Order: sequence, then structure tokens, then C-alpha cells
Amino acid sequence: MSAPASVDGARGAIRLRNVGISFGAAAQPMVAVRNIDLDILPGEFIAILGPSGCGKSTLLGAVAGFTPVSAGEIVMDGEAVRHPSAERGMVFQHHTLFPWKTVLGNTEFGLKLRGVRRVERRERAHDILRSVGLAGFERRYPEQLSGGMQQRVNLARVLVNRPRLLLMDEPFSALDAQTRLQMQELLLELWQELRMTVTFVTHDIDEAIFLSDRVVVFSAHPGRIKAEIPVRLDRPRFTDTLTSPEFMRLKRGCMESIREESESPHRLDRNAHRPSALPACEAAAAPSAP
Amino acid sequence: MNALHFRSVGSGALARSQPAPDFIRFARSWALRIASIVACLWVWQQASTRGWHTIIQFQNVPAPTEVVQATQRILQSPKVLSHVVNSLRRIFLGFSLAAVLAVGSGLVIGRFRLAGDALMLPLEILRPIPAVAWIPLAILMFTSPEYSMVYITFIGAFFPILVNTIHGVQSLDRRLIFASMTLGAGPITVFREVILPGALPSIVTGLSIGMGTSWFSLVTAEMISGQFGIGYYTWEAYTLQNYPDIVVGMIAIGVLGMLSSWLIKQAGAWCMPWLRSGAATV
Repeated sequence: MSAPASVDGARGAIRLRNVGISFGAAAQPMVAVRNIDLDILPGEFIAILGPSGCGKSTLLGAVAGFTPVSAGEIVMDGEAVRHPSAERGMVFQHHTLFPWKTVLGNTEFGLKLRGVRRVERRERAHDILRSVGLAGFERRYPEQLSGGMQQRVNLARVLVNRPRLLLMDEPFSALDAQTRLQMQELLLELWQELRMTVTFVTHDIDEAIFLSDRVVVFSAHPGRIKAEIPVRLDRPRFTDTLTSPEFMRLKRGCMESIREESESPHRLDRNAHRPSALPACEAAAAPSAP
Repeated sequence: MNALHFRSVGSGALARSQPAPDFIRFARSWALRIASIVACLWVWQQASTRGWHTIIQFQNVPAPTEVVQATQRILQSPKVLSHVVNSLRRIFLGFSLAAVLAVGSGLVIGRFRLAGDALMLPLEILRPIPAVAWIPLAILMFTSPEYSMVYITFIGAFFPILVNTIHGVQSLDRRLIFASMTLGAGPITVFREVILPGALPSIVTGLSIGMGTSWFSLVTAEMISGQFGIGYYTWEAYTLQNYPDIVVGMIAIGVLGMLSSWLIKQAGAWCMPWLRSGAATV
């Protein structure tokens, strides 16, 4: 029940033990992920890399607490994950801002739910909006913002809660290349300042390596961990990092790992992923899965 | 329309170099609208004064001039106020009751499968029955014709509001619910902060359709079982052969119906500032 690592401020230790998630009838289940064992250190930045439909978003939904696991357990700081919680903030691929709330209203939402007084939550919302570069946009509605700005608000809305764990489901994949790079740098800055644990799902190899301390490569049908590649690039990282020899070496490693996967003969032998047949939770966790 | 109009007038320098095409378009379209109304009235006037007799017997149709005279006469009589007030009161009671019950049950049915299973089948059976078909039973069911008319108004408004509310809840992006839960929202907060505002555009559509159908139902009910009320007045004018008054009653129904729909629209725009036309642009 206690959070053992919280003594030195390092919180957000995640442990996945033999996690399996399947949908549908017990007689003929569709297995989304199977046998996942993963330990994430407090404050660590993990990237989960894998092809579309490999179950990585489903797993993220389970860690967030809104997709139930069929086997194994997910534990954060000694407590089993059963329900969604503000301790585990989630950023989806497309923004999930409330269209009926202004930028400020969206940002202070979590604080309002926790009963933080109006004056204080305004102040904290303004602070976090400033740090994501959106001072002056408080009174806009989400539809009045560009895609990059919407994801900044999304990030601010989650981070204002100071979650122990930040879950990100391909959050920048719908953005143009330049905006994406800016958002990646912003995310690293915020992470270095707030030191929460980050689990970042992506299918972009460069993004996975650039951001993370460790790349977890997923294979599909059903989703399993294929390889874990530690990334020991110096921080802070800049665009130069993307062309360094060490980066190239890591990229080659990831590519080989993924190539083996796509050439594997039993790739299509299971209907593990039929988006139309999946329950709403899965559809929501992977909104753009083809 | 207005925004375009103001922009061309407001920016003086621009307006001089480009001869205000928006303004011309604006004036032309209004000239056309007024001309078409005048033309309709003229045809109507000619038809009834000359007593055209085709499949329509225009000799029984009062001319616009007679309708204007009748309107002037009626507006001076004290009875008119009580007719209008009675109808408005019935609309207000029946519609408000329908709005509260239909939105409430629509939210619950849309959100909880159990509520849907429990309530949807009886409601689906009752839904295709037109409000008008309820009139005989309503007269028998209620102790006063007043209640039965309010009930008919209520039934007319209830189903459009219910159906739209359910649709609004069910078509809500579920990711918004998940996102709110990872921000710390419990079931009650999800309902209040996500489902209700998320379904609001649909609810307002339902209310405005419901307002139309509740007028429709009320007028019919008043014609059959009324004492006072616009529908009663119109039917009475027919039985007393005050033909111009029939048209006055019809126009009054149209105007009151339009005003109440306008009120719903305004209230909707007021409580959904994020949908205002200006809000959709950067």
C-alpha cells in the first residue's frame, strides 16, 4: 500500500507481471497482448515502439486503468491498478480537450475536481500554460487552436495534476514534422523539470530513441515485448542528437528488431486485431488504428 | 451575413477601392424577399376579392385586407389577451415538464444500459402514437380538460427531446470520458462535467423540435376540448363563420410558435458559447 520509492521524491515505479489482455468470448478470445513483463523505474522515460495494431495502445489503456487485464497484474508504487486515476495522466493521439471549456477551464479541470480553491487553481493553471508556451490563450476554445497548441493544452491539463505517471499514446503523430520536434523538446523540458515517469507509445523509431531512456520494442499478434534497447544518449538532447553516430547505431538496432517482426511468417495467423469487433475501450485507446 | 456586411462598411479604405459588393448583395436579397411576400399577398387579395373558383373556393377565403381589419378589431378586444395567455401557459407547463423529464431520462437511458433495458421498450411502443391520438383518452383520464390539454402538449414535446438527448449521450466521443477519468473524475463528475455539456447541442436541437411539436399538439387539443386558447379561438371563428378571424388565429399561432422557437435558439446559444459562429475560427 505504501509507496516505497517516495522517500527521495522518486515516485511512479511501475511493475507489469505477466500481463495479458484479450477481448471477446472466453471460448475464442482475441488476444491483444500476452505475457508482458516490464519494470519501469521512478522517473524513467520509456518508449514503447511497435507497428500499428500491435496492442501497445491497449496496454497503455490498461496501465491507465480503463481497460481491464485478463491475466497478470499492473502495479504502481506497490498499489494494483484497477481504476483510472489522476495519478496516471493520459494524453491521446488526438486531443481530448472538452470543446465546451476554454483553455483555462480545461487546464484547471483536474484541480477543480480536487477542490482546489478558485484563486489558487487559476494561478497554477496560468503557470503551467506559461510553461507550455500558451500564455495569452487562456480564453480561447480548443477549436480555435492549431493541432500543436491543442496538444500543448492537453499536456498542460494532465501535468497540472502532477501525475506520478504520464501515459502518452502517439501524442504527436498527427502533427507536422516541425511542430512534432518542438513538442518533443517541450516534453523533454517538462519531464526534466517535473521528473514524472513517462510511458510513450509511438511507431516512429526516431521519436522513440530521441525521447527515451529505454525503447521497448513490441511485436504484434498478439502484442509481446520483443526487445528492450537502453538509450544512453546524453541529456539534454537537441536536434544534433538525431544525427550522432550513437543515435544511428541505436536506430539500426531498432530497425533490425522491427524488420524481423514484419518478416515473421505467422504475422497474419491470428485475428488478434479487428478494430471493428473490439469493445469501445480499445477503440478509444487506439482511436486511429487502421 | 451581418459580419460580412459590417466588415465591408467598416473598413473605409477597402470599401472605396472595392465598391461594397457585400452590401449590394445584402440589399438585393432583402428586396427580393420583400417582393416575394408582396407578390403572395397580391395574388391572395386578387383571388379572394374576385372570388376565384377552382378546386379552392376563394369566395370563402378572407382577403388580406379583411384579415388586417379583423386583426385591428381583435387587438382592441380584451378577450384576445386571455386566449394568448391561456395557450402560453399550457405550452409553458407542458413543455417544461417534457423538457425536465425527457432530458433527465434521456441522459440516464443513454448512459446506463440497465436504464435503457428497463425503459426503452415501453417508450418505443408509446413513441409512434401521435399526440393527437391521445386526445380522447386524455379527456377521459384527467379530471379537468385543462390538465388534458397540458398533457397533450407534454406528449407532443416529450419524444423529440428524449430521442435527441439519448442520441447526444450515445454519440459523445468516449475518449472525452476516459480523459476526464484520468484527470480524476468520478461517475457523478463525469455526468455533470462531460456527458451533460457534451450532449447539450443535441438536447437543444431536441428542445427546439419539441417546441414546434408541442404547439402543433396544443392547437389541436384546444380545437377539440378547449375553453380559451388560440386553437379554440380559431375553431370558434369557424363555427361562428367569422372567416377573417380564422386567418388571424392561424397567423397568431405561427407568430407565437416562431417566437418560442427563437427563444429556445437564443437560450441554446447563450449556454453554448463554444458553438457561437465567431468561436469556430482562429
